[in-house]
Amino acid sequence: MANYLLIDFGSTFTKLCAIDTEAEDIIETASYFTTVDTDIRAGYHEALNRLFMKIGSPIEFEQVIACSSAAGGLKMAAIGLVEELTVEAAKRVCLGAGAKVDLVFSHHINKSEIQQIIDRKIDIILLAGGADGGNSECVLFNANLLGEMGIHIPIIYAGNKSAQDEIRDTFEQYGMDGYICDNVMPKVNVMNIDPARDMIRQIFLDKIIEAKGIKAIESEIDAVILPTPNAVLEAAKLLSEGYLDESGLGDIVVLDIGGATTDMYSICSVSRRSDVIVSGLEEPFAKRTVEGDLGMRYSAPGIIKSLSQQEIEFINKEKNVDIEEEVQKRYNDVKSLPQNAHDEFIDQFLAEVCAYRAMHRHVGRIEEVYTPMGKVYNQTGKDLTDIKYVIGTGGVIINSNDKENILRRTTNILHNPTELRPQDPLFLVDQKYILAAMGLLKQKNPYLALRIMKKYIVEI
Amino acid sequence: MKTIVIGVIGADVHAVGNKIIEFTLSNAGYHVVNIGVLSSQEDFINAAIETAADLILVSSLYGHGEIDCRGMREKCIEAGIADICLYVGGNIVVGKQDFSEVKTRFLEMGFNRVYPPGTPIDDALKDIREDLGE
Repeated sequence: MANYLLIDFGSTFTKLCAIDTEAEDIIETASYFTTVDTDIRAGYHEALNRLFMKIGSPIEFEQVIACSSAAGGLKMAAIGLVEELTVEAAKRVCLGAGAKVDLVFSHHINKSEIQQIIDRKIDIILLAGGADGGNSECVLFNANLLGEMGIHIPIIYAGNKSAQDEIRDTFEQYGMDGYICDNVMPKVNVMNIDPARDMIRQIFLDKIIEAKGIKAIESEIDAVILPTPNAVLEAAKLLSEGYLDESGLGDIVVLDIGGATTDMYSICSVSRRSDVIVSGLEEPFAKRTVEGDLGMRYSAPGIIKSLSQQEIEFINKEKNVDIEEEVQKRYNDVKSLPQNAHDEFIDQFLAEVCAYRAMHRHVGRIEEVYTPMGKVYNQTGKDLTDIKYVIGTGGVIINSNDKENILRRTTNILHNPTELRPQDPLFLVDQKYILAAMGLLKQKNPYLALRIMKKYIVEI
Repeated sequence: MKTIVIGVIGADVHAVGNKIIEFTLSNAGYHVVNIGVLSSQEDFINAAIETAADLILVSSLYGHGEIDCRGMREKCIEAGIADICLYVGGNIVVGKQDFSEVKTRFLEMGFNRVYPPGTPIDDALKDIREDLGE
Protein backbone atom coordinates (compact mmCIF):
# COMPACT_ATOMS: atom_id res chain seq x y z
CA MET A 1 0.00 0.00 0.00
CA ALA A 2 1.32 3.43 -0.90
CA ASN A 3 0.07 6.52 0.88
CA TYR A 4 0.67 10.07 -0.26
CA LEU A 5 0.37 13.14 1.93
CA LEU A 6 -0.52 16.33 0.08
CA ILE A 7 -0.19 19.63 1.91
CA ASP A 8 -1.45 23.10 1.12
CA PHE A 9 0.22 25.79 3.22
CA GLY A 10 -2.46 28.44 2.84
CA SER A 11 -2.41 32.03 4.07
CA THR A 12 -4.63 31.09 7.01
CA PHE A 13 -4.84 27.30 7.14
CA THR A 14 -2.42 24.43 6.57
CA LYS A 15 -4.54 21.77 4.91
CA LEU A 16 -3.54 18.11 4.78
CA CYS A 17 -4.96 15.46 2.51
CA ALA A 18 -3.91 11.81 2.88
CA ILE A 19 -4.39 9.59 -0.15
CA ASP A 20 -4.38 5.82 -0.49
CA THR A 21 -3.10 5.25 -4.04
CA GLU A 22 -4.23 1.63 -4.23
CA ALA A 23 -7.75 2.15 -2.98
CA GLU A 24 -7.78 5.32 -5.13
CA ASP A 25 -9.37 7.19 -2.28
CA ILE A 26 -8.91 9.92 0.30
CA ILE A 27 -8.00 8.45 3.68
CA GLU A 28 -8.64 11.63 5.66
CA THR A 29 -8.21 15.40 5.54
CA ALA A 30 -7.28 17.74 8.41
CA SER A 31 -6.19 21.31 8.91
CA TYR A 32 -4.69 23.74 11.40
CA PHE A 33 -3.61 27.38 11.35
CA THR A 34 -0.53 28.19 9.27
CA THR A 35 2.33 29.20 11.54
CA VAL A 36 4.80 30.66 9.06
CA ASP A 37 5.38 33.75 11.26
CA THR A 38 7.02 31.64 13.94
CA ASP A 39 7.89 28.20 12.60
CA ILE A 40 5.89 26.71 9.77
CA ARG A 41 6.58 23.24 11.18
CA ALA A 42 4.51 23.84 14.34
CA GLY A 43 1.24 24.25 12.44
CA TYR A 44 2.11 21.31 10.25
CA HIS A 45 2.74 19.07 13.28
CA GLU A 46 -0.55 20.07 14.83
CA ALA A 47 -2.41 19.42 11.57
CA LEU A 48 -0.64 16.06 11.27
CA ASN A 49 -1.68 15.14 14.83
CA ARG A 50 -5.25 15.94 13.97
CA LEU A 51 -5.02 13.86 10.82
CA PHE A 52 -3.68 10.86 12.72
CA MET A 53 -6.35 11.27 15.38
CA LYS A 54 -9.02 11.15 12.71
CA ILE A 55 -7.44 8.06 11.15
CA GLY A 56 -6.99 6.43 14.54
CA SER A 57 -3.25 5.82 14.37
CA PRO A 58 -0.16 7.29 12.71
CA ILE A 59 0.51 6.01 9.18
CA GLU A 60 3.54 6.09 6.90
CA PHE A 61 3.68 8.13 3.72
CA GLU A 62 5.68 7.25 0.67
CA GLN A 63 5.52 10.79 -0.71
CA VAL A 64 4.89 14.08 1.07
CA ILE A 65 4.60 17.08 -1.21
CA ALA A 66 3.23 20.57 -0.71
CA CYS A 67 2.08 23.74 -2.37
CA SER A 68 2.15 27.10 -0.66
CA SER A 69 0.48 30.47 -0.62
CA ALA A 70 1.63 31.22 2.92
CA ALA A 71 3.33 34.48 3.96
CA GLY A 72 1.50 36.59 1.42
CA GLY A 73 1.76 34.10 -1.43
CA LEU A 74 3.86 35.07 -4.43
CA LYS A 75 3.75 38.84 -4.95
CA MET A 76 4.73 40.07 -8.38
CA ALA A 77 5.07 43.28 -10.34
CA ALA A 78 4.25 43.11 -14.05
CA ILE A 79 5.89 45.68 -16.31
CA GLY A 80 5.18 46.05 -20.01
CA LEU A 81 4.92 48.64 -22.74
CA VAL A 82 1.35 49.17 -23.98
CA GLU A 83 -1.40 48.48 -21.49
CA GLU A 84 -3.60 46.33 -23.75
CA LEU A 85 -0.66 44.32 -25.13
CA THR A 86 2.58 43.47 -23.31
CA VAL A 87 1.36 44.80 -19.95
CA GLU A 88 -1.72 42.58 -20.13
CA ALA A 89 0.36 39.66 -21.42
CA ALA A 90 2.84 40.01 -18.54
CA LYS A 91 0.00 40.23 -16.03
CA ARG A 92 -1.66 37.08 -17.38
CA VAL A 93 1.60 35.14 -17.23
CA CYS A 94 2.04 36.09 -13.55
CA LEU A 95 -1.53 35.07 -12.75
CA GLY A 96 -1.13 31.79 -14.64
CA ALA A 97 1.95 31.04 -12.56
CA GLY A 98 -0.11 31.42 -9.40
CA ALA A 99 1.13 34.86 -8.40
CA LYS A 100 -0.70 37.85 -6.99
CA VAL A 101 -0.01 40.81 -9.23
CA ASP A 102 0.32 43.67 -6.77
CA LEU A 103 1.79 46.22 -9.18
CA VAL A 104 1.30 46.78 -12.89
CA PHE A 105 3.31 49.38 -14.81
CA SER A 106 3.40 50.43 -18.46
CA HIS A 107 5.75 52.43 -20.72
CA HIS A 108 8.79 54.08 -19.09
CA ILE A 109 8.66 53.43 -15.37
CA ASN A 110 9.70 56.12 -12.90
CA LYS A 111 11.48 56.20 -9.56
CA SER A 112 8.36 56.42 -7.46
CA GLU A 113 7.01 53.30 -9.16
CA ILE A 114 10.25 51.48 -8.34
CA GLN A 115 9.93 52.73 -4.77
CA GLN A 116 6.51 51.02 -4.68
CA ILE A 117 8.17 47.77 -5.76
CA ILE A 118 10.47 48.11 -2.73
CA ASP A 119 7.75 49.23 -0.30
CA ARG A 120 5.29 46.53 -1.29
CA LYS A 121 7.98 43.86 -0.82
CA ILE A 122 7.49 42.43 -4.29
CA ASP A 123 8.99 38.93 -4.66
CA ILE A 124 9.62 38.78 -8.40
CA ILE A 125 9.47 41.35 -11.22
CA LEU A 126 8.39 40.33 -14.71
CA LEU A 127 9.77 42.81 -17.23
CA ALA A 128 8.22 42.66 -20.70
CA GLY A 129 7.79 45.08 -23.58
CA GLY A 130 8.01 45.03 -27.35
CA ALA A 131 7.08 42.29 -29.79
CA ASP A 132 10.11 40.39 -31.15
CA GLY A 133 12.03 42.77 -33.41
CA GLY A 134 9.94 45.68 -32.17
CA ASN A 135 10.47 48.33 -29.52
CA SER A 136 13.53 47.73 -27.36
CA GLU A 137 14.17 51.26 -26.15
CA CYS A 138 11.55 51.05 -23.42
CA VAL A 139 12.67 47.75 -21.83
CA LEU A 140 16.30 48.93 -21.85
CA PHE A 141 15.31 52.15 -20.13
CA ASN A 142 13.29 50.24 -17.53
CA ALA A 143 16.02 47.66 -16.86
CA ASN A 144 18.57 50.42 -16.44
CA LEU A 145 16.45 52.39 -14.03
CA LEU A 146 15.76 49.26 -11.97
CA GLY A 147 19.52 48.70 -11.87
CA GLU A 148 20.28 52.29 -10.94
CA MET A 149 17.78 52.13 -8.10
CA GLY A 150 19.61 49.08 -6.73
CA ILE A 151 16.84 46.51 -7.22
CA HIS A 152 18.19 43.09 -6.28
CA ILE A 153 15.04 41.00 -6.16
CA PRO A 154 14.70 38.46 -8.98
CA ILE A 155 13.80 40.03 -12.33
CA ILE A 156 12.64 37.95 -15.28
CA TYR A 157 13.12 39.59 -18.64
CA ALA A 158 10.50 38.30 -21.09
CA GLY A 159 10.30 41.07 -23.68
CA ASN A 160 11.55 41.74 -27.22
CA LYS A 161 14.18 39.11 -28.01
CA SER A 162 16.28 41.63 -29.92
CA ALA A 163 17.05 43.40 -26.64
CA GLN A 164 18.10 40.26 -24.73
CA ASP A 165 21.86 40.80 -25.06
CA GLU A 166 21.75 44.38 -23.89
CA ILE A 167 19.42 43.45 -21.04
CA ARG A 168 21.87 40.74 -19.99
CA ASP A 169 24.65 43.33 -19.97
CA THR A 170 22.55 45.65 -17.84
CA PHE A 171 21.84 42.84 -15.36
CA GLU A 172 25.58 42.15 -15.14
CA GLN A 173 26.57 45.79 -14.92
CA TYR A 174 24.39 46.41 -11.86
CA GLY A 175 24.85 42.94 -10.35
CA MET A 176 21.13 42.26 -10.58
CA ASP A 177 19.43 38.91 -10.00
CA GLY A 178 18.27 38.75 -13.60
CA TYR A 179 16.87 35.93 -15.71
CA ILE A 180 16.23 35.92 -19.43
CA CYS A 181 13.44 34.02 -21.13
CA ASP A 182 11.27 33.99 -24.25
CA ASN A 183 9.01 36.93 -25.01
CA VAL A 184 5.52 36.81 -23.45
CA MET A 185 4.16 38.43 -26.63
CA PRO A 186 6.41 37.50 -29.57
CA LYS A 187 3.92 38.92 -32.10
CA VAL A 188 1.15 41.46 -31.64
CA ASN A 189 -1.83 39.80 -29.89
CA VAL A 190 -0.04 36.42 -29.70
CA MET A 191 0.73 35.10 -26.23
CA ASN A 192 3.59 32.83 -25.20
CA ILE A 193 2.87 31.90 -21.61
CA ASP A 194 4.81 28.76 -20.78
CA PRO A 195 8.51 29.77 -20.67
CA ALA A 196 8.00 32.78 -18.39
CA ARG A 197 5.49 30.89 -16.24
CA ASP A 198 7.91 28.00 -15.74
CA MET A 199 10.68 30.40 -14.83
CA ILE A 200 8.48 32.13 -12.24
CA ARG A 201 7.67 28.75 -10.74
CA GLN A 202 11.36 27.82 -10.62
CA ILE A 203 12.39 31.05 -8.92
CA PHE A 204 9.53 30.64 -6.47
CA LEU A 205 10.88 27.23 -5.49
CA ASP A 206 14.58 28.15 -5.54
CA LYS A 207 14.41 31.47 -3.73
CA ILE A 208 11.07 32.81 -2.61
CA ILE A 209 9.95 29.98 -0.33
CA GLU A 210 13.31 30.16 1.40
CA ALA A 211 13.04 33.92 1.91
CA LYS A 212 9.57 33.46 3.39
CA GLY A 213 10.58 30.76 5.85
CA ILE A 214 8.61 28.06 4.07
CA LYS A 215 11.66 26.10 3.03
CA ALA A 216 12.21 25.03 6.66
CA ILE A 217 9.48 22.45 6.14
CA GLU A 218 11.62 20.63 3.60
CA SER A 219 13.60 19.08 6.44
CA GLU A 220 10.47 17.03 7.14
CA ILE A 221 8.72 16.58 3.81
CA ASP A 222 9.90 15.74 0.30
CA ALA A 223 9.38 19.11 -1.35
CA VAL A 224 7.29 22.19 -1.87
CA ILE A 225 6.60 22.03 -5.59
CA LEU A 226 4.03 24.67 -6.58
CA PRO A 227 2.40 27.95 -5.58
CA THR A 228 -1.14 27.01 -4.43
CA PRO A 229 -3.12 28.87 -7.15
CA ASN A 230 -0.94 27.18 -9.75
CA ALA A 231 -1.84 23.81 -8.22
CA VAL A 232 -5.53 24.71 -8.42
CA LEU A 233 -5.14 25.74 -12.07
CA GLU A 234 -3.38 22.44 -12.83
CA ALA A 235 -6.19 20.52 -11.12
CA ALA A 236 -8.87 22.46 -13.00
CA LYS A 237 -7.14 21.74 -16.32
CA LEU A 238 -6.94 18.05 -15.55
CA LEU A 239 -10.57 17.91 -14.46
CA SER A 240 -11.60 19.63 -17.68
CA GLU A 241 -9.43 17.76 -20.17
CA GLY A 242 -9.40 14.25 -18.75
CA TYR A 243 -6.50 11.78 -18.83
CA LEU A 244 -6.10 8.62 -20.89
CA ASP A 245 -9.38 6.65 -20.79
CA GLU A 246 -10.76 8.69 -17.89
CA SER A 247 -12.80 11.45 -19.46
CA GLY A 248 -12.83 15.03 -18.20
CA LEU A 249 -15.80 17.28 -17.55
CA GLY A 250 -15.26 19.50 -20.59
CA ASP A 251 -15.51 23.27 -20.29
CA ILE A 252 -15.49 24.40 -16.68
CA VAL A 253 -15.26 27.47 -14.46
CA VAL A 254 -13.81 27.31 -10.96
CA LEU A 255 -14.62 29.96 -8.38
CA ASP A 256 -12.46 30.17 -5.25
CA ILE A 257 -13.53 32.78 -2.73
CA GLY A 258 -10.92 33.22 -0.02
CA GLY A 259 -10.21 35.65 2.78
CA ALA A 260 -7.91 37.90 0.79
CA THR A 261 -8.77 37.24 -2.86
CA THR A 262 -11.41 35.85 -5.16
CA ASP A 263 -9.88 33.68 -7.87
CA MET A 264 -11.69 32.72 -11.04
CA TYR A 265 -10.48 30.05 -13.44
CA SER A 266 -11.97 29.21 -16.81
CA ILE A 267 -10.85 26.21 -18.82
CA CYS A 268 -12.23 26.55 -22.35
CA SER A 269 -11.42 27.99 -25.73
CA VAL A 270 -12.10 31.65 -26.40
CA SER A 271 -15.20 31.06 -28.54
CA ARG A 272 -17.07 28.21 -30.20
CA ARG A 273 -19.05 30.41 -32.52
CA SER A 274 -18.19 30.96 -36.15
CA ASP A 275 -20.17 34.18 -36.51
CA VAL A 276 -18.04 36.36 -34.23
CA ILE A 277 -14.86 38.29 -34.82
CA VAL A 278 -12.60 37.98 -31.79
CA SER A 279 -10.34 40.93 -31.18
CA GLY A 280 -7.63 41.78 -28.68
CA LEU A 281 -4.81 39.86 -27.05
CA GLU A 282 -5.02 36.08 -27.44
CA GLU A 283 -6.84 34.46 -24.51
CA PRO A 284 -5.29 31.50 -22.67
CA PHE A 285 -7.23 28.21 -22.74
CA ALA A 286 -6.69 27.93 -18.99
CA LYS A 287 -7.22 31.43 -17.69
CA ARG A 288 -6.96 32.65 -14.11
CA THR A 289 -7.94 36.05 -12.83
CA VAL A 290 -7.49 37.23 -9.26
CA GLU A 291 -9.42 39.98 -7.57
CA GLY A 292 -7.24 41.31 -4.76
CA ASP A 293 -10.00 43.67 -3.61
CA LEU A 294 -12.67 40.99 -3.25
CA GLY A 295 -12.42 38.66 -0.29
CA MET A 296 -14.27 37.59 2.83
CA ARG A 297 -11.88 38.98 5.46
CA TYR A 298 -8.66 40.88 4.58
CA SER A 299 -10.27 42.25 1.43
CA ALA A 300 -13.84 42.65 2.66
CA PRO A 301 -13.51 46.48 2.61
CA GLY A 302 -12.89 46.20 -1.12
CA ILE A 303 -16.40 44.81 -1.56
CA ILE A 304 -17.84 47.99 -0.05
CA LYS A 305 -15.59 50.13 -2.23
CA SER A 306 -16.98 48.41 -5.31
CA LEU A 307 -20.50 49.55 -4.33
CA SER A 308 -21.98 53.03 -4.71
CA GLN A 309 -23.42 54.91 -1.72
CA GLN A 310 -26.88 54.27 -3.13
CA GLU A 311 -26.25 50.54 -3.39
CA ILE A 312 -24.96 50.41 0.20
CA GLU A 313 -28.06 52.16 1.50
CA PHE A 314 -30.27 49.90 -0.58
CA ILE A 315 -28.58 46.81 0.84
CA ASN A 316 -28.84 48.11 4.41
CA LYS A 317 -32.53 48.78 4.00
CA GLU A 318 -33.34 45.63 2.05
CA LYS A 319 -31.43 43.24 4.30
CA ASN A 320 -31.89 45.21 7.49
CA VAL A 321 -28.16 45.29 8.34
CA ASP A 322 -25.31 47.78 8.59
CA ILE A 323 -23.13 46.29 5.89
CA GLU A 324 -20.23 48.72 6.43
CA GLU A 325 -20.01 47.82 10.10
CA GLU A 326 -20.24 44.10 9.32
CA VAL A 327 -17.40 44.37 6.84
CA GLN A 328 -15.22 46.31 9.27
CA LYS A 329 -15.82 43.63 11.91
CA ARG A 330 -14.57 40.96 9.51
CA TYR A 331 -11.57 43.00 8.49
CA ASN A 332 -10.59 43.58 12.14
CA ASP A 333 -10.78 39.90 12.99
CA VAL A 334 -9.68 37.99 9.91
CA LYS A 335 -9.75 34.64 11.66
CA SER A 336 -13.39 34.95 12.71
CA LEU A 337 -15.80 32.24 11.62
CA PRO A 338 -19.60 32.66 11.55
CA GLN A 339 -21.04 32.16 15.05
CA ASN A 340 -24.73 32.42 14.31
CA ALA A 341 -27.32 32.66 11.57
CA HIS A 342 -26.80 36.41 11.22
CA ASP A 343 -23.04 36.00 10.58
CA GLU A 344 -23.78 33.30 8.06
CA PHE A 345 -26.30 35.51 6.34
CA ILE A 346 -23.75 38.33 5.98
CA ASP A 347 -21.00 35.97 4.78
CA GLN A 348 -23.39 34.50 2.25
CA PHE A 349 -24.24 37.96 0.97
CA LEU A 350 -20.57 39.02 0.73
CA ALA A 351 -19.70 35.81 -1.12
CA GLU A 352 -22.50 36.45 -3.59
CA VAL A 353 -21.14 39.92 -4.31
CA CYS A 354 -17.60 38.51 -4.73
CA ALA A 355 -18.88 35.87 -7.16
CA TYR A 356 -20.82 38.36 -9.24
CA ARG A 357 -18.05 40.96 -9.41
CA ALA A 358 -15.25 38.48 -10.04
CA MET A 359 -17.12 37.01 -13.00
CA HIS A 360 -17.91 40.52 -14.26
CA ARG A 361 -14.15 41.11 -14.52
CA HIS A 362 -13.22 37.65 -15.82
CA VAL A 363 -15.79 37.14 -18.54
CA GLY A 364 -15.62 38.32 -22.17
CA ARG A 365 -17.91 40.84 -23.83
CA ILE A 366 -19.74 40.82 -27.11
CA GLU A 367 -21.15 43.74 -29.04
CA GLU A 368 -23.22 43.95 -32.18
CA VAL A 369 -21.64 46.04 -34.89
CA TYR A 370 -23.79 47.21 -37.78
CA THR A 371 -21.83 47.32 -40.97
CA PRO A 372 -22.86 47.83 -44.60
CA MET A 373 -22.44 44.05 -44.87
CA GLY A 374 -24.99 43.43 -42.12
CA LYS A 375 -24.77 42.79 -38.42
CA VAL A 376 -21.54 41.28 -37.11
CA TYR A 377 -20.50 40.36 -33.59
CA ASN A 378 -17.28 41.65 -32.11
CA GLN A 379 -16.01 39.72 -29.10
CA THR A 380 -13.28 40.58 -26.60
CA GLY A 381 -12.30 38.13 -23.85
CA LYS A 382 -13.62 34.61 -23.36
CA ASP A 383 -17.10 33.33 -24.21
CA LEU A 384 -18.31 31.27 -21.24
CA THR A 385 -21.95 30.87 -22.30
CA ASP A 386 -21.65 27.14 -23.02
CA ILE A 387 -19.70 26.26 -19.89
CA LYS A 388 -20.98 22.94 -18.55
CA TYR A 389 -19.96 23.20 -14.91
CA VAL A 390 -19.28 25.96 -12.42
CA ILE A 391 -17.30 24.56 -9.51
CA GLY A 392 -17.08 26.27 -6.15
CA THR A 393 -14.24 25.95 -3.67
CA GLY A 394 -12.94 27.85 -0.63
CA GLY A 395 -14.28 27.90 2.93
CA VAL A 396 -17.23 30.23 2.49
CA ILE A 397 -18.72 28.25 -0.39
CA ILE A 398 -18.03 24.81 1.10
CA ASN A 399 -19.59 25.79 4.43
CA SER A 400 -22.50 27.75 3.00
CA ASN A 401 -26.07 26.59 3.50
CA ASP A 402 -26.97 27.93 0.10
CA LYS A 403 -24.00 27.14 -2.14
CA GLU A 404 -26.01 27.26 -5.30
CA ASN A 405 -26.96 30.88 -4.85
CA ILE A 406 -23.31 31.92 -4.57
CA LEU A 407 -22.36 29.99 -7.70
CA ARG A 408 -25.44 31.21 -9.53
CA ARG A 409 -24.04 34.74 -9.27
CA THR A 410 -21.50 33.76 -11.93
CA THR A 411 -24.32 33.30 -14.45
CA ASN A 412 -26.22 36.00 -16.24
CA ILE A 413 -28.71 36.77 -13.47
CA LEU A 414 -29.12 40.38 -14.58
CA HIS A 415 -29.67 39.40 -18.23
CA ASN A 416 -26.89 41.64 -19.46
CA PRO A 417 -26.68 40.82 -23.17
CA THR A 418 -23.10 42.05 -23.56
CA GLU A 419 -21.53 39.79 -20.90
CA LEU A 420 -20.73 36.25 -22.05
CA ARG A 421 -21.43 34.62 -18.68
CA PRO A 422 -22.26 30.92 -18.26
CA GLN A 423 -25.85 30.43 -19.36
CA ASP A 424 -27.14 27.24 -17.83
CA PRO A 425 -24.33 25.42 -16.03
CA LEU A 426 -24.54 22.69 -13.43
CA PHE A 427 -23.15 23.67 -10.05
CA LEU A 428 -20.54 21.49 -8.35
CA VAL A 429 -18.73 21.88 -5.07
CA ASP A 430 -15.26 20.86 -3.97
CA GLN A 431 -16.78 19.55 -0.74
CA LYS A 432 -13.58 18.18 0.77
CA TYR A 433 -11.45 21.14 -0.31
CA ILE A 434 -9.08 18.99 -2.33
CA LEU A 435 -8.50 20.94 -5.57
CA ALA A 436 -5.04 22.22 -4.63
CA ALA A 437 -4.06 18.79 -3.30
CA MET A 438 -5.16 17.18 -6.56
CA GLY A 439 -3.07 19.69 -8.51
CA LEU A 440 -0.13 18.38 -6.51
CA LEU A 441 -1.08 14.76 -7.01
CA LYS A 442 -1.33 15.44 -10.77
CA GLN A 443 2.44 15.95 -10.81
CA LYS A 444 2.87 12.37 -9.54
CA ASN A 445 -0.18 10.52 -10.77
CA PRO A 446 -2.62 12.44 -13.00
CA TYR A 447 -4.92 9.47 -13.53
CA LEU A 448 -5.47 9.00 -9.84
CA ALA A 449 -5.91 12.74 -9.21
CA LEU A 450 -8.62 12.87 -11.86
CA ARG A 451 -10.49 9.85 -10.51
CA ILE A 452 -10.48 11.24 -6.99
CA MET A 453 -11.69 14.65 -8.18
CA LYS A 454 -14.53 13.07 -10.14
CA LYS A 455 -15.54 11.20 -7.01
CA TYR A 456 -15.43 14.08 -4.54
CA ILE A 457 -16.34 17.15 -6.57
CA VAL A 458 -20.06 16.68 -6.48
CA GLU A 459 -23.24 18.27 -7.68
CA ILE A 460 -25.01 20.44 -5.13
CA MET B 1 13.79 45.17 -41.83
CA LYS B 2 11.16 47.92 -41.79
CA THR B 3 7.87 47.19 -40.06
CA ILE B 4 4.42 48.12 -41.38
CA VAL B 5 1.19 47.82 -39.39
CA ILE B 6 -1.84 47.15 -41.58
CA GLY B 7 -5.54 46.66 -40.82
CA VAL B 8 -9.10 47.67 -41.64
CA ILE B 9 -10.42 50.50 -39.48
CA GLY B 10 -13.83 50.94 -37.85
CA ALA B 11 -16.91 48.72 -38.17
CA ASP B 12 -15.56 47.40 -41.44
CA VAL B 13 -15.15 43.69 -42.13
CA HIS B 14 -13.70 43.71 -45.67
CA ALA B 15 -11.00 41.09 -45.27
CA VAL B 16 -9.92 40.24 -48.82
CA GLY B 17 -7.96 43.37 -49.73
CA ASN B 18 -6.35 43.24 -46.32
CA LYS B 19 -4.90 39.79 -47.10
CA ILE B 20 -3.68 40.94 -50.52
CA ILE B 21 -1.88 43.89 -48.94
CA GLU B 22 -0.26 41.61 -46.36
CA PHE B 23 0.88 39.22 -49.11
CA THR B 24 2.29 41.95 -51.35
CA LEU B 25 4.15 43.86 -48.67
CA SER B 26 5.59 40.69 -47.10
CA ASN B 27 6.82 39.59 -50.54
CA ALA B 28 8.39 43.00 -51.00
CA GLY B 29 10.53 42.33 -47.92
CA TYR B 30 8.68 44.20 -45.21
CA HIS B 31 7.80 42.91 -41.76
CA VAL B 32 4.01 43.14 -41.87
CA VAL B 33 1.96 43.25 -38.67
CA ASN B 34 -1.64 42.62 -39.70
CA ILE B 35 -4.17 43.50 -37.00
CA GLY B 36 -7.09 42.52 -39.25
CA VAL B 37 -10.62 43.87 -39.57
CA LEU B 38 -12.73 45.80 -37.05
CA SER B 39 -9.67 47.62 -35.74
CA SER B 40 -9.76 50.86 -33.81
CA GLN B 41 -7.24 53.70 -34.04
CA GLU B 42 -5.87 52.52 -30.70
CA ASP B 43 -5.33 48.99 -32.04
CA PHE B 44 -3.18 50.38 -34.87
CA ILE B 45 -1.22 52.67 -32.56
CA ASN B 46 -0.67 50.03 -29.85
CA ALA B 47 0.62 47.55 -32.41
CA ALA B 48 2.90 50.21 -33.90
CA ILE B 49 4.42 51.01 -30.50
CA GLU B 50 5.08 47.40 -29.54
CA THR B 51 6.61 46.55 -32.92
CA ALA B 52 8.47 49.87 -33.34
CA ALA B 53 6.75 50.20 -36.71
CA ASP B 54 7.77 52.70 -39.38
CA LEU B 55 4.42 53.00 -41.10
CA ILE B 56 0.73 52.45 -40.43
CA LEU B 57 -1.37 51.62 -43.48
CA VAL B 58 -5.07 52.08 -42.79
CA SER B 59 -7.67 50.49 -45.07
CA SER B 60 -11.30 51.54 -45.15
CA LEU B 61 -13.76 50.14 -47.64
CA TYR B 62 -17.19 51.01 -46.31
CA GLY B 63 -17.35 54.77 -46.70
CA HIS B 64 -16.95 55.88 -43.08
CA GLY B 65 -13.17 56.28 -43.27
CA GLU B 66 -13.24 59.98 -42.64
CA ILE B 67 -15.03 59.65 -39.29
CA ASP B 68 -12.92 56.66 -38.31
CA CYS B 69 -9.60 58.36 -39.10
CA ARG B 70 -10.25 61.71 -37.48
CA GLY B 71 -7.79 62.52 -34.69
CA MET B 72 -5.49 59.60 -35.47
CA ARG B 73 -2.37 61.75 -35.97
CA GLU B 74 -3.05 63.55 -32.69
CA LYS B 75 -3.29 60.20 -30.91
CA CYS B 76 0.03 59.14 -32.46
CA ILE B 77 1.61 62.30 -31.10
CA GLU B 78 0.17 61.60 -27.63
CA ALA B 79 1.42 58.02 -27.80
CA GLY B 80 4.99 59.06 -28.58
CA ILE B 81 5.08 58.01 -32.24
CA ALA B 82 4.52 61.47 -33.72
CA ASP B 83 6.79 60.88 -36.71
CA ILE B 84 5.28 57.61 -37.92
CA CYS B 85 4.12 57.49 -41.56
CA LEU B 86 0.32 57.26 -41.91
CA TYR B 87 -1.22 55.98 -45.14
CA VAL B 88 -4.90 55.54 -45.87
CA GLY B 89 -6.70 54.00 -48.83
CA GLY B 90 -9.85 52.27 -50.08
CA ASN B 91 -13.36 53.67 -50.41
CA ILE B 92 -12.60 56.18 -47.73
CA VAL B 93 -15.61 58.51 -48.16
CA VAL B 94 -19.27 58.19 -49.10
CA GLY B 95 -20.55 59.01 -52.59
CA LYS B 96 -18.87 60.41 -55.67
CA GLN B 97 -16.82 63.24 -54.21
CA ASP B 98 -14.00 65.01 -55.97
CA PHE B 99 -10.96 63.01 -54.87
CA SER B 100 -8.59 65.97 -54.78
CA GLU B 101 -10.76 67.55 -52.08
CA VAL B 102 -10.95 64.28 -50.18
CA LYS B 103 -7.19 63.96 -50.39
CA THR B 104 -6.69 67.48 -49.05
CA ARG B 105 -8.94 66.76 -46.09
CA PHE B 106 -7.00 63.60 -45.18
CA LEU B 107 -3.65 65.34 -45.64
CA GLU B 108 -4.85 68.07 -43.28
CA MET B 109 -5.75 65.33 -40.80
CA GLY B 110 -2.08 64.37 -40.79
CA PHE B 111 -1.97 61.46 -43.23
CA ASN B 112 1.16 61.31 -45.41
CA ARG B 113 -0.39 59.45 -48.34
CA VAL B 114 -4.01 59.12 -49.42
CA TYR B 115 -5.15 56.69 -52.12
CA PRO B 116 -8.35 56.78 -54.22
CA PRO B 117 -10.59 53.72 -54.75
CA GLY B 118 -9.11 51.04 -56.97
CA THR B 119 -5.45 51.88 -56.40
CA PRO B 120 -3.31 48.75 -56.87
CA ILE B 121 -1.17 48.07 -53.81
CA ASP B 122 1.89 48.09 -56.10
CA ASP B 123 1.41 51.84 -56.57
CA ALA B 124 1.52 52.33 -52.82
CA LEU B 125 4.56 50.07 -52.66
CA LYS B 126 6.56 52.59 -54.71
CA ASP B 127 5.68 55.32 -52.20
CA ILE B 128 6.55 53.04 -49.30
CA ARG B 129 10.00 52.41 -50.77
CA GLU B 130 10.48 56.13 -51.21
CA ASP B 131 9.22 57.11 -47.73
CA LEU B 132 10.96 54.35 -45.80
CA GLY B 133 14.12 54.63 -47.88
CA GLU B 134 14.57 51.04 -48.97
